[in-house]
Order: sequence, then C-alpha cells, then structure tokens
Amino acid sequence: MVVGSETDLVFHALADATRRDILTRVIRSGQSVSELARHYPMSFAAVQKHVVVLERASLVSKVRRGREQIVHGEVTALRRVALLLDAYEEVWRQRAGRIADILDEDE
Amino acid sequence: MPVISSVKNVDALTMTFVAEFEAAVERVWQVWADPRKLERWWGPPTWPATFETYEFKPGGRVHYYMTGPDGTKARGWWTITAVDAPSRLEFDDGFADENFDPVDPADTTHGVVTLEAVGDRTRMTTVSTFTSAEQLERMAEMGMEEGMRLAQTQIDALLAE
Repeated sequence: MVVGSETDLVFHALADATRRDILTRVIRSGQSVSELARHYPMSFAAVQKHVVVLERASLVSKVRRGREQIVHGEVTALRRVALLLDAYEEVWRQRAGRIADILDEDE
Repeated sequence: MPVISSVKNVDALTMTFVAEFEAAVERVWQVWADPRKLERWWGPPTWPATFETYEFKPGGRVHYYMTGPDGTKARGWWTITAVDAPSRLEFDDGFADENFDPVDPADTTHGVVTLEAVGDRTRMTTVSTFTSAEQLERMAEMGMEEGMRLAQTQIDALLAE
C-alpha cells in the first residue's frame, strides 16, 4: 500500500530524537543545514543525513538560497499521522459506548 | 458519555484512552473476561466479532474474526501476556490468515488494560502501542468506516424527521 509506506517513512523519521528536534526547529523557522549542525554534537554530514531522512518522509523541504539550502518544516505529513490516531481513538469511543450499553443491560 | 480522555503520542506511536463506567470493577472486567460479552463490542457494529478460541490466562491464545456486511471475514489473533483479575489485562494483537496464523508476527499492537474503582464507578484505561504504521492505518480505517456509518445514520435520522 502506497499510503502505508509513506506513513512508515514518517514514523521511522520521527523515531529519532535528533530528527524530532530538527523538525521542531525548522517548523518554527527555516534554517540552513549548517545552522542546524551547530546545535548537535555531530558532524555536518551526520546532520545532513538526518535531514535527508526527514525529507524522504515529506516532513521537511529544502529551498536553495544562494549557496545554502534552507530546510523548512512541512506540517502536512505530521498532521496525517495525527489523523490516523484520531481515527483509532474513534474506534475506542465506539467501543466504550457499547461497553456502557452492555453494563446497563445486565443491571 | 463514558469517555473522559484520550492522549495520543505521535512520536511514540501510543494512544492512551480513559473511560469511566457506572458499574463495579468486577462487572467491567466481565466485558473482557467473557468472550460472549467481548464480541458484542470489539468489532464495529457493521463488522461483528466472533471469538473462536479464548484462553483467558497468561500465554493464552485467542482467535477471532470479524464479519463484514458482504460476508468478508477479517481474522485476528491475540496472545494474552498478563491477566490479573479484575484489574489488569495485557495482550499482543495482530491480523491473522485463514488458519489464524499471524500475517506478520512482528506487526502487532500491544494493549494494556487497567481497571480501577473511582467511588462506585470504574475507570478503564487502555494503552495501545503500535509497532507498525501500516497496522495503525488498517485499524484507523475500521474506525473511519464506523464514523462514516454513524454520520450517515444521523443524516438519515434528520431526513426522516
């Protein structure tokens, strides 16, 4: 399923604390990879790799500005995952309603 | 409305759902412990569940299927990992093939259910942990279908007024 694999990319990308931190920063405002790299005790190349994982999951996009690439957060992909959890919550709401009915019945 | 809260953690892929019922803990425990009660609420109304095997003990196997409006059967399995009557139940939950073997043994949801008395009510907390986004999607689809059906029922009721 295409949607499934896209969602998997999002979850994989979010499973790493550094990537979540990068995402939080670039959702606030666009930053270049070198600006981002200053925040982490790792090489520029390592940060670049994290950004690529986020980009593949459509969580960030890059825009060229002169010699630099500015990373921007894309909230749409995040929102899509949240919607899945909303729908799962709805499953439990329905179940809780029916559990209440069963409990009322056999009183 | 029995639901009091739900907390979703997108990063950790968990959902915590809390509901309270006007009943004693022992009676709420029965909706889990008694498969004839369980099958009345586990599947969506349009996909009622039938539990064929229900070994309600740690390590116990559970086989069930849900029957759709067109007769399609969606099969599932649980492995019960903890039973502490009447307050705690834990299980792994996954999709099954025609022989009730797991479609993908790694593709499971872990559920932890705790029941506690709050005055003369019972609070039920369920924590679902997903290991696969694909499975979450399938579960969410079931919920969406149910949501759509209920929305449709409400529209029908309005039109009939």
